[in-house]
Amino acid sequence: MSALYLLIIASLVVALGFLGAFIWSVRKGHYDDDYTPSVRILLDDAETSPKV
Amino acid sequence: MTVYDLLKENDMCRYYAIDGAQGISPDTSFYQGKYDYLDLLEVGQKMISFTDGQLTAIEWYLPKMHCSSCIWLLEHLYRLDPAIRSSMVNFPEKKVRITFDSQKLKLSDIATLLTRIGYEPYLSMDDLDGQKTGKWNRTRLYKIGIAGFAFGNIMMLSFPEYFHLGQNTSDQNLRLLFGALNLLLSLPVLIYCAADFYRSAWTALRGRYLNIDAPIALALSCVFLISVYQLVTQTGPGYLDSFAGAVFFMLIGRYFQDKTYAGVSFDRDYKSYFPVAVSLIEGESEARKPITDLKKGDRMLVRNEELIPADGVLQSPVALIDYSFVSGESQPVERKKGDTIYAGGKQKGTSIELEVLREVSQSYLTQLWNNDAFAREKDDANPTLAARINRYFSLAVLGVATVTFLIWFLVMKNHETAFLAFATTLLVACPCALVLSSTFTNGNLLSVFSKNRFYPKNAQSIERLAHIDTVVFDKTGTITLPDDAEITFHGIALQHDELVIIKTLVSQSSHPLSRLISRHLSEIPISRRILTGFSETAGKGMLAAWGNREVRIGSAEWTGTSKAVSGEQSLSRVFVSIDGIVVGYYTIRSKYRPELPKTVAELQKAGIGTYLLSGDKSTDADLLSPLFGERSRLHFNQNPQDKLDFIKNLQQEGRRVLMVGDGLNDAGALRQSDVGLAVSDDINNFSPSCDAIIEGSQLSLLPGYMRLARSGQRIIRQSFAISLIYNIGGLAFAVSGSLSPVMAAILMPVSSITIVAFTTLASKVAATKLIKN
Repeated sequence: MSALYLLIIASLVVALGFLGAFIWSVRKGHYDDDYTPSVRILLDDAETSPKV
Repeated sequence: MTVYDLLKENDMCRYYAIDGAQGISPDTSFYQGKYDYLDLLEVGQKMISFTDGQLTAIEWYLPKMHCSSCIWLLEHLYRLDPAIRSSMVNFPEKKVRITFDSQKLKLSDIATLLTRIGYEPYLSMDDLDGQKTGKWNRTRLYKIGIAGFAFGNIMMLSFPEYFHLGQNTSDQNLRLLFGALNLLLSLPVLIYCAADFYRSAWTALRGRYLNIDAPIALALSCVFLISVYQLVTQTGPGYLDSFAGAVFFMLIGRYFQDKTYAGVSFDRDYKSYFPVAVSLIEGESEARKPITDLKKGDRMLVRNEELIPADGVLQSPVALIDYSFVSGESQPVERKKGDTIYAGGKQKGTSIELEVLREVSQSYLTQLWNNDAFAREKDDANPTLAARINRYFSLAVLGVATVTFLIWFLVMKNHETAFLAFATTLLVACPCALVLSSTFTNGNLLSVFSKNRFYPKNAQSIERLAHIDTVVFDKTGTITLPDDAEITFHGIALQHDELVIIKTLVSQSSHPLSRLISRHLSEIPISRRILTGFSETAGKGMLAAWGNREVRIGSAEWTGTSKAVSGEQSLSRVFVSIDGIVVGYYTIRSKYRPELPKTVAELQKAGIGTYLLSGDKSTDADLLSPLFGERSRLHFNQNPQDKLDFIKNLQQEGRRVLMVGDGLNDAGALRQSDVGLAVSDDINNFSPSCDAIIEGSQLSLLPGYMRLARSGQRIIRQSFAISLIYNIGGLAFAVSGSLSPVMAAILMPVSSITIVAFTTLASKVAATKLIKN
């Protein structure tokens, strides 16, 4: 049964790691705008327009 | 230079190829130097969000952003001006963050550039007062994340208890560890995530009323304390999983609710309408100054279409002031030198000079905000239906639980059953179900409403909407169409070339009446002929020579007619004379929303009193009185204070009043009324402080919305009845002490799920039945 103690600590550490990642991403503003990036990725950046 | 030229020159014509590109025209009221005030040190510093001396970042609100090609254009600003390093759009918030080299580019240049491509930044005094919009949604997300983390882990650690595993003695240590970990995990949920509920409940309790958060806070504390008690005495596993789960789901619900409303602003005061700065004349030169620094005696210059920010005395010979924003008067009025001009009017035509009479905060218009109606918080006075029922319900449950506890403890002398019965009573009768019923019903209604472009501010607004028995309409801009009018010509039949003359002349003028006539004559071409001797006198009319014919268009006096005109005197008229002979006149009548008669009739059929308040002259009284029943229901020449008082009088007669209005002139009435409904033809425009915003074209659905709000109340009552059945059944077992806490914990979610399912279904059914599109 003592293996359980180890497993629980490991699982909590992993979960805390993900929580930390989530908080980091919110802090970096990843969730400030959940619409614009989906449009931005479809717009071409470097555009060479045909010369008329 | 047009937008197209600008884009072409910079090789950016791709803009037009992006799917859904709908060009917008730059604001015509722009003039060189409009944004010069941004370069003032004290203004500029409040507008920027970051600077290191060279690289500077600003985050501006561009209300005209509307499609995906806008994103492309705004993110390629660096092509238009190399000093702009980068620009990033936040489309849902309609904001753009621009990083630029402040050595090479001034703030005013950026504002000018944005205006030239059609995205005029919205810069208001609120920004100057230092109200930065906080990162509210980040805090929400932290809370959701932490609550979700705690919920998931507590649930995992509670699994053995769910399945009655580990009952043998060797597992007791594990059980202890799991309990301790659960308690540890639930602490941040209690202290951090649920803090808003406690704070809001505490504010309510201190103000001696119960809001929706009070029972939630009570239930959360009960569940938490019982769990702690069970864990400490080792009598059970506690209900920390339910506790964390409840907080997690409620936070998610609120997050989405707030998100829907992020773009709609309800609490605006006069500051949002006023310009940030005004031009002052100091000696010979012109300078821009923030309007908060405006002093008595300053001479300000107000240009065409600009809002007058402070009361002043006119120094120029004449001015044509459009007060529609303040008074509802639809036609501009003429003012002469020496007249006092009140803040809130808009100048039409040439620039005027004014001497400031009072500072902005003491102006006639801003005085309205000192009225008591603005100090009062509407929501406090009228607790919602759910809150009212909950108040009794919470007290009753606490009473029943206490009595049960005392009977078991003192009379039956069975201490353990006493605690058990107390806990299960509180748990099974947890007011959560009741809270859920109103939250979900109102939440569903909010989403149905916003799909139909009707935006109530919150659940309380919907509940108040359900009790409305009187509807008061404002006229100008509310039931009239803002940019349309009925124009008829009276006089001799005009020949085609005469129409060409009229059209050519009126196209020269920016007067609103001229513009309406020009639109009326849309079929008629404008002559290329160069007008000689064209002159326009503000407030009077225009004069031009057409070949050898002298043409005058304007007021009766201007065209030299003394003939009395029959018919309604209050209608606006534009006379036309050619070679000194008056050929006739145009009458301009505001056009009403076509669906208005049906809407009013439907309201009256439902037994709702209808009134009309207008700041305008009594034009169209004959037309409107059959609509509203009788003449006495129409009130004209009402100033903002009159409107507020009118609503107050109706309320003192015991009526519950819905005010439908638009401009600042209705702000007081909107605030005083039980439900203030602001009409806006563009939701992104700014509407006065109100309880709900409706798109103009949706006004005809108002009776349907009111019926839906009323059936919402019925749904809440029905779901209360359902949860009461659950509660009475559960309570009967709980009081007798024969209900195990695990059963109680199962009953609780089952009853909650039933109620959520019922309210969702019932409100969807009601919505499709009552609002037909």
